[in-house]
Amino acid sequence: MRDSLSVAPGLAAWGLMMGVAMMKSGMSLTESLLMGVMVFAGSSQLAAIPLLMAGAPMWVILATGMCVNLRFVVFSAHMRAYVMHLPLWERLVTGYLTTDLTYVMFTKRFPSHEADDAQRLGHQAYLAGNSIVNWTAWVGCSVLGVVLANFIPTPWGLSFAGILALLGILCSLASSRLRVVSAGVAGAAAVAAFALPFKLNVLVAIAAAVALCLILEESGRVRQEAT
Amino acid sequence: MTGETDLWTLITIVALTAVTVLTRSFFFLSSKPWRLPHWAQRGLQYAPIAALSAVIVPEMVMTQGHLITTWQDARLFSVAAGAGWYFWRKGAGQAVLGTIVVGMVVYLTLHLGLGW
Repeated sequence: MRDSLSVAPGLAAWGLMMGVAMMKSGMSLTESLLMGVMVFAGSSQLAAIPLLMAGAPMWVILATGMCVNLRFVVFSAHMRAYVMHLPLWERLVTGYLTTDLTYVMFTKRFPSHEADDAQRLGHQAYLAGNSIVNWTAWVGCSVLGVVLANFIPTPWGLSFAGILALLGILCSLASSRLRVVSAGVAGAAAVAAFALPFKLNVLVAIAAAVALCLILEESGRVRQEAT
Repeated sequence: MTGETDLWTLITIVALTAVTVLTRSFFFLSSKPWRLPHWAQRGLQYAPIAALSAVIVPEMVMTQGHLITTWQDARLFSVAAGAGWYFWRKGAGQAVLGTIVVGMVVYLTLHLGLGW
């Protein structure tokens, strides 16, 4: 819990900004509150808001949310070994509450998933404490942001704080050279393909970056074997 | 400022919640042991950072669908300062929070102070 309290201010600032962003985008109070309380995924909310407001088809919005959330699929593959002893609904709740920060801190604290019953209880306690702090900070500040939206002037550009939070997470993921290449390619491709409707540029960019990295990885291995 | 509440939007929001649950629990769903194909496993290693980059880079260097043509943009300096801070701290401790704070200080100073 202490671990997640230390990052809570960042999460809170982001949640606050998210609340403001939803109201400023023209969503109604009910819509903003519902989204703030339920979706619990900052980056996919950020991507979905303009689509919602532009009246994009639902499948496009959901597919975009899915893609932006793809990183969590990877996290869940890693977390699987830690949670498979739990019943299904507890696994779903755990998954729902596992954010970027939870995942990073949890796997840092418990590098091995092999555990006896007492240690498993420790894992669960850590996840639960972490999730409570995160959820409270996020939802509380989202709601606060929705309420305060009319008092915080847009020109301050507070929404940029969300981008900076994602930048921080991006930096923490940049752990190998090919991953940096992946980020560079995806960023450039997303800008180049920006004219595509409904943020499909994000999809194109991910596909291009992953494909290129797989090819580079393959050719790197071939070269290594040759020498 | 505030729009009408629209049933369709509400349904979409609930469905987005389902997407959150589904993506975050993706590999928790089936209790059968199974593995992804090898290439997909390797590909997933590069997908998260690509997704993040694809979402944020256009927000940093574009204005209303066009690449910015001036270097006098508060966002560029803010991003440089934030990332600089992260790598200077080597990602330890409060590095993500530091990235937000340092970036925002630079951003607000240039944006409100100089009008960039």
